[in-house]
Amino acid sequence: MARFGMVIDTKKCVGCMDCVVACKTENNVPEGFNRDWITTDVKGTFPTVKMQIRTERCNHCDNPPCVDCCPCGASHVHDLGGVVLVHHDKCSGCKACIAACPYDARFIHPDGYADKCTFCIHRVEQGMDPACVSVCPTHCMYFGDLDDPNSSVSKLLNSRKYRALISEAGTKPQIYYLD
Amino acid sequence: MDEITITRHNELVDPVMHIYGWEIAVYLFIGGLVAGMMIISGYFLFKGRQKEDLCSCYTIPLMGIVLLSIGMFALFLDLDHKLYVWRMYTTFQITSPMSWGAWILILVYPALIAGMLIRVPWFMEEKFPVLKKVSEFINVTPGRVKAIGIINIALGIALGVYTGILLSSFGARPLWNSSILGLLFLTSGISTASAFIHMIAKNKDESEMLAKADNGFLVAELFLITLFIIGLLSSTQVHQDAAKIILSGAYAPVFWVFVVGLGIVIPLIIQYMAVNHRIKHTPIAPVMVIIGGLILRFVLVYAGQLSHWTKKAFLE
Repeated sequence: MARFGMVIDTKKCVGCMDCVVACKTENNVPEGFNRDWITTDVKGTFPTVKMQIRTERCNHCDNPPCVDCCPCGASHVHDLGGVVLVHHDKCSGCKACIAACPYDARFIHPDGYADKCTFCIHRVEQGMDPACVSVCPTHCMYFGDLDDPNSSVSKLLNSRKYRALISEAGTKPQIYYLD
Repeated sequence: MDEITITRHNELVDPVMHIYGWEIAVYLFIGGLVAGMMIISGYFLFKGRQKEDLCSCYTIPLMGIVLLSIGMFALFLDLDHKLYVWRMYTTFQITSPMSWGAWILILVYPALIAGMLIRVPWFMEEKFPVLKKVSEFINVTPGRVKAIGIINIALGIALGVYTGILLSSFGARPLWNSSILGLLFLTSGISTASAFIHMIAKNKDESEMLAKADNGFLVAELFLITLFIIGLLSSTQVHQDAAKIILSGAYAPVFWVFVVGLGIVIPLIIQYMAVNHRIKHTPIAPVMVIIGGLILRFVLVYAGQLSHWTKKAFLE
């Protein structure tokens, strides 16, 4: 069984937003909404300031609270790679999944249903990388099977220090950031 | 300094979550109120009080049906994909409190209708003669009425607890993430229902009994609010920060003044004096209890949406 995940090298990310544009184009994300975004995290006081730029999106958690709380069975875990998806025609727009997500990764599409990153499953099924990964000019994003020890993502996690976002919320996020 | 800049502005989550408005607060309040009404009416039936001609158990079920329908309409208004509401009834999701709630609501209606048919309301009697036969069937043995009472109590408890668990299951919102909310909303529901029935009851004994009982429920509510706060304050940093939203932050004034002060403590004092015959019973205390219960839901629905694991800047 594959387990898809992403590894993002924050030392390479410059916050160019190519991934954001690629996602909006690939997935027809409506105006005013984002499935992925750039976060700039500045810590400290001048002159000892640390800055991290990173690209964020749904973490496709292993213990997804958005799936657990969905009353309609619309939010679900896809058979391929454990990707968290939404059946648009099952969603009642109750917004429980938005409340359940610690990453605020979901939004209500203007058509009424809950929407979010799909890891571009339609591309992945054809053997391609998600749109955001494929366009990154600094190659800071890696997508692959975390269960395969020979995948690029597994090798990176074996060789570098990493962390996941808000892992203390207990959702087992599957996007890892190399510090 | 710890400054986070995000190039995202999804309405509903940025800068803070605001997915639930008055609709959910009103629904949670009415859900709790009807839950309390079912428990009280069920208790009266269990005790055989339907023999009393003026027993409130003859009026509560119909009012419960009307009120719950208003609450469910508010819930429907909150949905963003309204035409797909029926999808909740094509599945049962065991891990989803909202799915439990949807099915509990479906069971609550027949229980209320059964309670109503113990004595068919006068305006239905002529139009629907078949109801009289149903009523006769229910009244064949006192055991059947008792069973309806027990079912109403059980479903009332389920409905009242679920309205709290609905919010408390959201681990991503630290203020809501306390299972005390289930009991708190249930107790608040029984308290507001006692206040409501105390005002409308035609039977004096019942009215007096509910005022006394409500004093107990109000004390229990204060106790549960204290436990709720202790639980948050003795948990992680994010839970402590979340508690501060209602203790000293943006929602503190309305919480202390309208929920605790005017919604519980003052009516408790007034009602305590009234049941001890020092002052006359007036609708003032029960109305304060009912409004306090409504504001409790508003405060928790709104303040809970401010609480977050990382967005601390918005908590003050």
